[in-house]
Amino acid sequence: MSKQLPAGVERHAFDGTDRLATRGEPVYGEPTDGEWRAWNPHRSKLGAMLEVGMDTGLEGGETVLYLGAASGTTVSHVADFAGPTYAVEFAARPVRDLLETADSRERLFPLLKDARKPATYAHVVESDVDVIVQDVATRGQARVALENRQFLADDGRLLLAVKARSEDVTREPAAVFEDVREELSERYEVLEARQLEAYHADHLGIVAQP
Amino acid sequence: MSETNGWFAAGDRDDPDATTTAIREGSADEPRDWPALAVEAGFASDTEEYYDTLREATTAATRAAVTERERADDRQLVHAIRAMDDCNRTANELAERLAEWAGTVDPDAGTGVEYARAIARGEADDDLAEPAIGSLAERVADLADEADELREFVERQTPAVAPNLSALAEPVLAARLIALAGGLEDLAKKPSGTVQVLGAEDALFAHLRGHAPSPKHGIIYTHDAVRGTHPENRGSAARAVAGKLSIAARVDHYSGELKPELEAELADRIETIQARTTDEDAGTDGGADDE
Repeated sequence: MSKQLPAGVERHAFDGTDRLATRGEPVYGEPTDGEWRAWNPHRSKLGAMLEVGMDTGLEGGETVLYLGAASGTTVSHVADFAGPTYAVEFAARPVRDLLETADSRERLFPLLKDARKPATYAHVVESDVDVIVQDVATRGQARVALENRQFLADDGRLLLAVKARSEDVTREPAAVFEDVREELSERYEVLEARQLEAYHADHLGIVAQP
Repeated sequence: MSETNGWFAAGDRDDPDATTTAIREGSADEPRDWPALAVEAGFASDTEEYYDTLREATTAATRAAVTERERADDRQLVHAIRAMDDCNRTANELAERLAEWAGTVDPDAGTGVEYARAIARGEADDDLAEPAIGSLAERVADLADEADELREFVERQTPAVAPNLSALAEPVLAARLIALAGGLEDLAKKPSGTVQVLGAEDALFAHLRGHAPSPKHGIIYTHDAVRGTHPENRGSAARAVAGKLSIAARVDHYSGELKPELEAELADRIETIQARTTDEDAGTDGGADDE
């Protein structure tokens, strides 16, 4: 796992173990070391993708569109090292927590919107973002990625966590992943795909570019 | 606002109402370089200022949207019914613990919440004067009272939120269905086959994985028309009840008018099902030919 970490993400020792960390206000009771706070890969798919050493292409300071922000666990870390970060989440309850996370982060823009309907936030989210991070637990995850392609710069990256169980609980995860990759190939080139098994059961991490 | 404008087209930075509305209700066919366009249009003097304003506006708009969605009446019902279940479960659990404890000092110790209420009222044996036992009993009684009050709240509120649904099912069942579906709108959008097995998810997924028969009913089992039907025909009854409840939920969500004929239709259908002699109909349950 020697891939370059983005600027603003470092390994720090917490209780004797080296863990990923970013600088910012703690939000979910994670351990801290000075101003650094641990990034738990078990609670964050992007964290797991970095932890297993996927080449995310993240450098730090990017403009990010985050789909499926939930209560802001991962997005808070993203906002710590990235630039302007648009956080889209559809469920009202977790957004309550997301708003709290956004309080201490100057460039985090929370939006209560449906990631399956990009037109409802295209008047707010700018074009040509550098990175789309997607972690939505709904059926049609590839479709969501395709429809949000319009926000991504031509040299941007899509960092996608596919949850097999959201597509179809009864099918083999491998078959689901195959279908998702096939559908993605309509408008994306998949650079790397890796199972996140060590941290998240039945999840596939994908790095793709337009 | 035309479909190619950004959220900031509506007004100036000092009008929070306008920008909040624009963020919540606006739309665009495609994204554009909004920060640059906003600076160009004189909305902000530079990108930094634009982002500052954007943050204020999105935070305000999202907070307002969250509050509005969470205060919706069916959301209140969902919380009330879950709180009621939690109170009941906890009261029963503590009552069991209390009975265990009281049993060590009083050979005639009773069981359950009623016994806890008796101790709390001071009607139990003198040996139970132990203050810790009495105090625990009071806690149980209070929890049980809280559950009763929540039930009253649900019974009062559900008919206002979902009049047809609570006319067909009793209010507590109606509220349970809404809670299981995640809200009245979600319930209205579910097919009746899903409504039929709401609350039987474990059995349903066991079936989908291929090692169990399909569940005939979920929480609607508590409906009198299902429970009161001979087990042979319960699948048919559950299907009929679920069908009418789905229609009721849709009417409640989309129009809100009262449709008393639904109740009559369901009663009629249930009567037909219950009139079947079970021998004759055995084996057809679950088939499509009995509808």
